[in-house]
Amino acid sequence: MAHAPQDPLTAALPMPMAKPRFEPGFLTPYAFIIPALLVMLGGLLYPVFMALYLSFYDWQIGLPLEDADFIGMTNFARMFTDPQVWEVLWVTLRFGFWTITIEMTLGVALALLLEKPIRGASVFRTIFILPLMVSPVVVGLIWRYLFDARIGWINYYLGAWFGIDPQVWLGDAQLAFFAIVLTDIWQWTPFIFIIVIAGLQALPSEVVEASTIDGANWWQQIFLVKLPMIKSILVIALLMRLIDVFRGMEVMLIMTGGGPGRSTELLSLHIYNRAFNTQQLGYASAISVLLIVIVFAISTAILTMANPMKNKSDV
Amino acid sequence: MNDSFQRQLFHYVALLMLAGLALAPIWVMIATSFKNPVLVQDAKPLWFFFVPTLENYGYVLTRGKFGTYLGNSVIVAVSSTVLTLLLGGFCAYALARLDFRGRVLMANSTLMVRMVPPAVLAVPAFAFVMLSGVDQDLAVLTFFYTALNLPFAIWLLFGFYKQIPVELEEAAVVDGATPLQVFFRVLLPLMTSGYAVAAIFTFRIAWNEFILALLLTGRSTRTLPVAAAGFITDTGVEWGRIMAMGTLIVIPPLFFTFFAARQIIAGMTAGAVKG
Repeated sequence: MAHAPQDPLTAALPMPMAKPRFEPGFLTPYAFIIPALLVMLGGLLYPVFMALYLSFYDWQIGLPLEDADFIGMTNFARMFTDPQVWEVLWVTLRFGFWTITIEMTLGVALALLLEKPIRGASVFRTIFILPLMVSPVVVGLIWRYLFDARIGWINYYLGAWFGIDPQVWLGDAQLAFFAIVLTDIWQWTPFIFIIVIAGLQALPSEVVEASTIDGANWWQQIFLVKLPMIKSILVIALLMRLIDVFRGMEVMLIMTGGGPGRSTELLSLHIYNRAFNTQQLGYASAISVLLIVIVFAISTAILTMANPMKNKSDV
Repeated sequence: MNDSFQRQLFHYVALLMLAGLALAPIWVMIATSFKNPVLVQDAKPLWFFFVPTLENYGYVLTRGKFGTYLGNSVIVAVSSTVLTLLLGGFCAYALARLDFRGRVLMANSTLMVRMVPPAVLAVPAFAFVMLSGVDQDLAVLTFFYTALNLPFAIWLLFGFYKQIPVELEEAAVVDGATPLQVFFRVLLPLMTSGYAVAAIFTFRIAWNEFILALLLTGRSTRTLPVAAAGFITDTGVEWGRIMAMGTLIVIPPLFFTFFAARQIIAGMTAGAVKG
């Protein structure tokens, strides 16, 4: 059998030792990857193709699949002219714009202010990741309670501190949108904060010191030295949040169900509602194909910027 | 000196305020879970000083099938975590250490499927259950959770394997170790922190997941998040009970946070900072 040339380390050994018993055969690597590969094929890739397949059918819940009608591209044609789809896309983009802008600004600003290592930093960091660990369902429940029109704490404090009349937060289109944005900010700003602070603390201190010696002031240091140096981290964090905007739905499902109207219905939630409330599985599949395309496009952007498996594999 | 003292003071005050904001909603949940219905209906927020009651916990733990739901959640989360670590670990090892045709393709496609949205899986998973007749089976849910978690686990473990010097394995091979011995005796002991990070993330996703659990479980195979959402009914929202359920659900993730915050941060930053 032709094997790879012998490893220089073992070749250079003075004594001819017993030949290493471990010579990875041609098939060994595949034995290692195939179990994982099969699960991912079955649990991720097959559903994606199944969604593609179903998107060509008119299939209602309750009917056997054989009775579903093949309707070609009709679902897609309908999708692109469906005002509801455009509406939820617009909601999703607006939601993404506000949450990501505020989370990035707050997270980066706080990280810059608080980057200096201090005693007890690890305690605070532990506290900051707590919101990220709470189940989305529970996050939705907590904030639904806080925003409750009658007994919600938010109405109480707005009234007690600012004299604002009680609002029906989750029953008004604009207020409900504000509520889900605020909830997202509470849960995800810590994520940006922690990632950015890790990036800042990994910066070589010489560079920052050098800029101090060169007379850069605090603002110049931030905008001309620090932020440019962690630019890739910022962009990746932003894109990861953007993907989450397209993946998330549970918090809204619990807080508002997407309403009132479709004011808090993100694309993912719309697919869910289409499939299981209006029971149009084929049409919901067509919309999920659109969702896959969007998410894969963002993933590709992330991968071209930072592929953890490409460059380092040559080391 | 005075200046640096002021700076430090500002630093701590700012951090304390932020910590308060992060904790407040979680505390509201915990506090509400110990209130009786009269206190819950009181519009005036009571943060700390009220007479606590265990009646919500008593209801949640005894009236419904809490034990069953807890068991389901534990089974699904633990078994999908074990499977993910086992399969993902082997795969990451091969990607990091072995040379084979299709390696780059495998690595790239793993990263691409990492972000498949659960909403995309919903209809096909539902269709699968309808067509195959395998209904309301925890194994189906475990399978999907394993698939959902594998890409991230592989990505994470790949990075950890890459950090181990190859010379260690080569030395072991020279000493006559078999591939399995190299994997289990040499690499695994050095990989404990990597596997810990992957385990926490996998467990957390499986423990918290809601959409697939809602679609793929029935009355007796429900997981805790599905049961919690079920407390919101048309007939009325029992906030005390809901919050008791919510508190019970967040105990394991919060427990991990307190004991493995460093690993969790390592996992979160791995995607952005190391890349």
